[in-house]
Amino acid sequence: MSTATDTQHDTGHDAGHDSHAQHGSSDKQYVIIALILAALTAIEVSTYYIDFGPLFMPTLFVLMTVKFVIVASYFMHLKFDNKIFTYLFYSGLLLAIAVYVGALATFKFFLQKG
Amino acid sequence: MADTAVAHGAEHGAHHTTTGLSNVKLGMWLFLGSECLLFGGLISTYMLYKGRIGTGPQPDQIYDIPFTSVSSFVLLMSSLTMVLAVSSANRADDRRTNLWLTITALLGATFVGGQVYEFTAFYREGLGFTTSLFGSSFYTLTGFHGVHVTVGIIMLMALVGMVRRNRIPGSKAETVEMIGLYWHFVDVVWIVIFTLVYLIPA
Repeated sequence: MSTATDTQHDTGHDAGHDSHAQHGSSDKQYVIIALILAALTAIEVSTYYIDFGPLFMPTLFVLMTVKFVIVASYFMHLKFDNKIFTYLFYSGLLLAIAVYVGALATFKFFLQKG
Repeated sequence: MADTAVAHGAEHGAHHTTTGLSNVKLGMWLFLGSECLLFGGLISTYMLYKGRIGTGPQPDQIYDIPFTSVSSFVLLMSSLTMVLAVSSANRADDRRTNLWLTITALLGATFVGGQVYEFTAFYREGLGFTTSLFGSSFYTLTGFHGVHVTVGIIMLMALVGMVRRNRIPGSKAETVEMIGLYWHFVDVVWIVIFTLVYLIPA
């Protein structure tokens, strides 16, 4: 029991060290990520001025999701941290999406829009 | 580099928990997960009521997309300055940490200032809190987000003072990282709000 606990603890501890080693990703890399986010935002805003036709909604949803994942993965370090944090955060997010999509469905929200 | 590794090792000495993870960090991620439910509720309420304009103005009549785009860009860039603050804190560089934290707070204040301006402009155009269900849900959603940004600014400024006076109990780098997680969360929520509320027309 004690061994198992120690092993678990050591593994987690090492994971912590690994994460901090990865946190040391260069500031230059963060700037590049920010530039990518800025470019994605520019494409998003361009949908207001340019007619994307049937691609309008899918484009916006994809860009929104990509930006969300980039910030969560790189700026919030989920990509490099212990996976438990990823599970905690995305569980909350998916639960929220599931609950509110269900709630909106009861109000026939999607039928009205369809 | 070796010094940084030693510093990190000392910090991680505080993580002698049953999970081997920092309880503070675990608690922060749980909190952020629960915040998803709060904003999920506010966003879905807005989605449901954005068409209920009553006698008030429609969303696309009052939204100023160029202005809000600039605000969104400012908040997005504050995430960059925040992560640079965390990076500096990990290197135990207090001077740069405080510099980036201060810039982040200023960018956040610019965003909130823009939101106050936007609210004022909308009110003058006839959209009050009780004008319509659209108005109520819009002000509640964006107002809650604005309050979160304001709380973040207060935490950032308090952190600057504490770093300067060296009064942070425990790991300084972890404390900066926790405030950073909160700040980035506020940013990702705005990424969703900007698309669903402003860019997708009613």
